[in-house]
Formats: sequence, structure tokens, C-alpha cells
Amino acid sequence: MTRDDESGDGRSVQPGLAASNEEYDEKKLRGSRFRSIIAPYLYVAPAFVVFAAFLGWQLVQTAEYSLFDWDGLGASTFVGLSNYLETFQDPEIRSSFIHALVLTLFYAGIPVIVALILTVLISRSSKMKVMSFYRTVLFLPQVISSVVVATIWVSMYSQNGFINQILNAFHLGGLTHAWLGDYSTALIAIGVVGTWTNMGLCLVLFLSGVGNIEPELFEAVRLDGANKWQEFFAITLPELRGQISVALTLTVISAFKTFDLVFVTTRGGPGNSTSVPAWEAYNRAFNTGQVGLASAVAVVLTVLIVIITWAIGRIDAKETA
Amino acid sequence: MKKSRMRLMAIVSMASSLMLTIAACGPGASTASQTKLGDVSKDVASAGKVTLVVWDQNTDGGMPQAQKELNAEFQKKYPNVTIKRNSQSFSDLKTTLKLALSSNNPPDVVQANQGYPDMGAFIQAGMIRPVDDYAKLYDWSSYYPSKLLKLNSFSKDGKTWQGKSLYGISQTGELVGVYYNKTLMNQLGLKPPTTITELQSEMAVAKKAGIQPLSFGDLDKYPGIHLFGFVQSAMAGSTYVNDLVKGSSGSWTSSATVKAATTIQNWVEKGYITQDANGVSADSAASDFASGKALFNVNGTWQQQTYAAAMGNTNVGFVTMDTKDGKPSAMGGEGLAWAITSKSKHPDVAAAYIDFVNTSHAAQVLLKTGNLPSVLPSSYEPEKSTLAASIATQYRKVQKADGVVPYLDYTTSTFYDTLTAGMQNLIARQSTPTEFTGELQKDYASFLDKQ
Repeated sequence: MTRDDESGDGRSVQPGLAASNEEYDEKKLRGSRFRSIIAPYLYVAPAFVVFAAFLGWQLVQTAEYSLFDWDGLGASTFVGLSNYLETFQDPEIRSSFIHALVLTLFYAGIPVIVALILTVLISRSSKMKVMSFYRTVLFLPQVISSVVVATIWVSMYSQNGFINQILNAFHLGGLTHAWLGDYSTALIAIGVVGTWTNMGLCLVLFLSGVGNIEPELFEAVRLDGANKWQEFFAITLPELRGQISVALTLTVISAFKTFDLVFVTTRGGPGNSTSVPAWEAYNRAFNTGQVGLASAVAVVLTVLIVIITWAIGRIDAKETA
Repeated sequence: MKKSRMRLMAIVSMASSLMLTIAACGPGASTASQTKLGDVSKDVASAGKVTLVVWDQNTDGGMPQAQKELNAEFQKKYPNVTIKRNSQSFSDLKTTLKLALSSNNPPDVVQANQGYPDMGAFIQAGMIRPVDDYAKLYDWSSYYPSKLLKLNSFSKDGKTWQGKSLYGISQTGELVGVYYNKTLMNQLGLKPPTTITELQSEMAVAKKAGIQPLSFGDLDKYPGIHLFGFVQSAMAGSTYVNDLVKGSSGSWTSSATVKAATTIQNWVEKGYITQDANGVSADSAASDFASGKALFNVNGTWQQQTYAAAMGNTNVGFVTMDTKDGKPSAMGGEGLAWAITSKSKHPDVAAAYIDFVNTSHAAQVLLKTGNLPSVLPSSYEPEKSTLAASIATQYRKVQKADGVVPYLDYTTSTFYDTLTAGMQNLIARQSTPTEFTGELQKDYASFLDKQ
């Protein structure tokens, strides 16, 4: 199979044969159609098989479980869609989705905006020799295991922890409290950990994006007398659309599927003020014996993530079109 | 138009037939398999070469040491048996055991948590077998007090806890009580409290003297069960709370339970309990007490080794509370039940092993390694005024008075969740005592409806 065969523009057809042998021509045409329709699928097939075996099947099974009332052990009863109904009606589960929305702000919103600002500032000094050092340091939170991250922050947030010590040092002792134990600050405290971990990822993505922008573009706007911010909005931001879309996809997904941080730091508490959908799914499947309901929560969460990913992908769509 | 409607019809009918197919073959066992109980025997030697798979949760304090010794001794006694031990922490075991039991090749012996969430669910699914036949064979009922056996018993359908069939026996004894720092106590001129009222007035003295009265951390959520159970059992009495947890009578909104909740909230308001307790981990509350920063700590007997090592064996004491009319009443009882799975191919060997690691000889090994066995040998007399002595005294006293109250999370399959979240709300004054008990009752009532 050569490239010419696939292009199907006729140039590859040997002159004599094509004219005299219609049958062959038709066969060939059919062959190339087969190739153009089936071949791409063959390329994807290995990946699909892996997906189907390790994720797809489990997804189907979870969807099946979600239609049953089951404690994970004994007999199950088919209950149709009533687990989904409960997912939307149970105040605890409903609020867990709202918590996930709040976390999105901290996991995705703030890191992207701050990283953009930092990108503008840093990219001007990108000739610095220690740049790679900074990148490594900023990216570090992404590399550390999330359980380690959570454990570090638990001690920083504790009553005698680093954050309260700093507040005391600045004579702000009145503000000190157990950050993870307070209803008004626990969720935000978890969000801040997310901001800390995701910031580096966004920054590294944006910095590499800026590196790819043609320098001529900047020169052109500078000649037109644009200031730093005009330059940012005219060139940097539009050129970074692809990177921003990638960063948003990754961070928003990480916000919605947050589990490890909550599991290690608060287990959904105090009360249920930091419960998130993934925690609810885990807790109900393994601790309270509500496997059906847990599966429904997981399915809703999956659908939600797919929709959000698709929506974010639309940001990038114009560029590729 | 017509075409699209037909297509829609096709989709709907396909979807509904798919639903029906799914409905026909749901997850889980279709019916609880009935275990065939054949003749039982004490004969282990003639069983041939056997590998016994055992899942336990003996990971804390002196327990791993004790278990290792017992397993080695058992294998020495029966060279034809190899024990394959899988040891996990309590919470890990709780989450993984269900999956292991529903597999085709489950372990032979498992440690199952009592009450409706675990043991009840296992029995309903037919995954562990009743051991009444082995109890008779090994005479467990004359070794164990009936109350302890009751905690490990269920009805055969798994719906009534403390029913007629025995499903396992327990290795260790447990009680939740209050640890006190003897140095601080002498300094303040106090004697160990015996009732909640006394405890309260001593906490007031400590507070006045600028000493943290009760160190308590509830970040991990589970300590809430201990604190609430500690106060509730002393206020409502063991019979009442036992019936409540069992589901045979009573209500979580009764006056004694509401009063227990009110008392705890009152302690928060007066500053008796560690400030911002919801943000303090159980470990750091324990280490605050161990380092002499607090007068009291409500905790279980499993902390014996830790506190004795940190504070000195004679500088820390342990006491349980009596009810108003002087009856000992404390939450706890015994460790997890050692049970035999229904699919085990060697129930005789499993039973011999359970007998070996749980009864009198095992008790000696447990004591030697700093643990509290479920049945204290009558000859056991620890060194005077040590922590071990005060724990042994309290354990004997509560057992003699039949004052054991089961852990409150045994109540329903979702009760752990409801109670722990509710306690955090109560401590943070996000809910009133009546709102808190109302939540508990709601969970309880809907569980009883389903039973």
C-alpha cells in the first residue's frame, strides 16, 4: 500500500490496465473504499481493545449496577432509574456536586488566571539561565503523590501548623483556627491545595505555548505602539487558546474527580461540608452498602465530566477549523 | 416524520428489552446459599495438607506480635497446616472484606465486625457459616460469658442481631472509658471520677486551673462515636442502649439520648473539649493527652500500650462511668468476631484454628504482649497501680455487672456515616441536640422499615 493508492486521485492507476480492465478498476475502487473506511478503525482497534477491557466493561457494569438496589453482597433488586432519582434528591449527594463546582473555581479558574498573569511576567525574562529551575519547582506539586500533598497540608492547616504560626507572627492571632475543621473554611482549604497543585501545570503549559509564538507577531504589535497588556490581549491570549483549553480540560476534570484529597484530609467532614461526588461514590459503595446508588453517582459524574470536556473542547474548535 | 417516530419506537423497545435483560440478571447472589452443616470434628491431623487462608486486622499495638506467635504455635502443633495470613488495618479490612467474600475463592477464616453493617450483611448473603456446632464441640459457651457470645450472634436470616445462632468468637476485650493523668489529678486534688456528673465538675476545676480538661480530636470522624457512646451509655444505661442498637425497642429521640447530646454541646460551650475539635486529628488529641497537656481523654482500652509507654505505667489511669443508680455501663465489649466462611473447604481445621487463637492459651499470649483478652484468666493479677491493673479492674467490673454497650455504629448499615457527621455538626454547634438525635432516629426508622 503506497500513499498514492490512498489518495485516490487516479494518478497511481497504471494507464494501460485502467483503460482495458473495468472489472479490475471496480475492484480497486472497492479496495480503496474499504481501506479508507475500515483502515482508520484498524489503527484505533488496539487502543480500543485496551480501553474496552480495562475501562469500558467496568463502565457498562457500573451502569448496570446503578439500576439495582444492592448492598454489594447479597441478592439485588431491580429498581430501574430510582437510584438516579435519589442522586438528584438526596441533599447530601446534591451538595457534593455543588462542592465540586466550588472546587472547579480553585482547581481550574484561579490557576489558569494566575498562571496567565505569571506567564506574561515570566515570558519577558525567559532568557534567564535559571528558567528550567523555576519550571521544575513550579511543576513539582504535580509530580508529588496526592496523598503526600494532602498529608503535608493537613499539618500546615492544623492548629499549631505553619499557616497559623505565620498568622501569629504577623500579630493576626485572631484569624487562627483549625482550617479543615471549620465549616466555613474546610472546602476552601481543600480548594487552595488544588490551586497549589494545578498552578504549576498551567504555567508550564502556557510558558511552552508562549515559546511557540512567532516573535515577529510581538515585534509587529510593539512597532504599532502596543503596551504590555494590549500585547497580551492581541497576541498572547489568542495564541494560547489551545494551551488554555488543554489546561482547563485537565484541571476541571481533576476538580470534579477529586477524591484523594478529601479522603486523606477530611473524609467529607466536618459534617458533610467537604463531600464531593467521587467521595460519595466510594463511601456509599464500600462503607454504607449502597452499591446501586454509588454507581448512579459515578455514572452521573462520568456523564458530567464528558459533557464538560466536550464543552471546553469547543474553545479550541475555532482554531483548528 | 413517520420514519423518525418508528426509529424512536425501535430505540425505546430496544432500550426496554435491554432493561429487562439487565433486570433478569442482577449483580450479587440470587439467593443466599444454604450451608450444609455436616458432622464436625476436632481432628486436624488427618485432614491432610491444608493451607488455611486467614484475614485478620491485628495491626495495632502488641497484636501483630501476639498473632504471629499464635500462628507459629498452631503450625508447630499441626505440621500439616500452613497458615496464610493477610493482615490489614480495621478500615482497610472493612472495605476489602466484602469483595473478598463475594469472590469464588474466599479466605477460610475472617475477622468480621459485629452488627448490621458487616456481620448481618455477610449472613444475609450466606457468606459466613453459623458455628453453633463447633461451639458445642469446643465448649465455647462455658468459656465465654453469654453477653459476649450474644454480641457475635444473629438470627439465621441475618435480620436480627443478638439472635439464636453464633457466628464467631472474639479474641480481645474492649471498653471505651476515660483515661486520666495522675500527676495532674493529684496537682488539682482530685480523685478519679465515676459518674458523668463527677467528671463534669472535675473538668470545671481543671478549666479554672488553666488545664485543658478533655483532649478530643474529631477530624477523622470516628472518635465522635466513642465520645457520644461514652456519655450516652452512662446516661441511658446499658440495657436501654443495647436494645436500641439491636433494634428491639426504644428511640434515638428519647430524653436520655437528647440529654447526652446536650451535655456534649454544653462541654463544647464551656471549653472542656479541645477547641476546634473537628479540625484536630485523633492522633494529635491522643498525643496532647500523652504529653500531659490535658487531664482526660475518652478512648478505648486499645490505647493501653501507647499511653503506658508515653506517660509511664503508673502515671495514667483508666476508668469507666456508672449510671446515676450506680450501675457500670460502658461501650465496647469485644474485638471483631473470628468467623468461618461458608465456602471454606476445611471448616474443621478453621474451627480448630479459631479455638486455638481465641481461648485460654491465647489469652496468656495476649496478656504477655500487652493486650486485653476477651476473657481475662481468673488468676491474672497485674502489678498494682499500673494502667494494666486499672484496665483489668474496669473490664472485670463492667463484665460482672453485664454493663457492656455495643458500638453505636452497629445500629444500621448507614449509621456510621450519619452518627459521625452528626457529631461533627453537634460539636460545631451547626445543629441542636434535638436536630442531631432527629437525624439518628430518621436513619434508624428507615432501616427498621426495610428489615
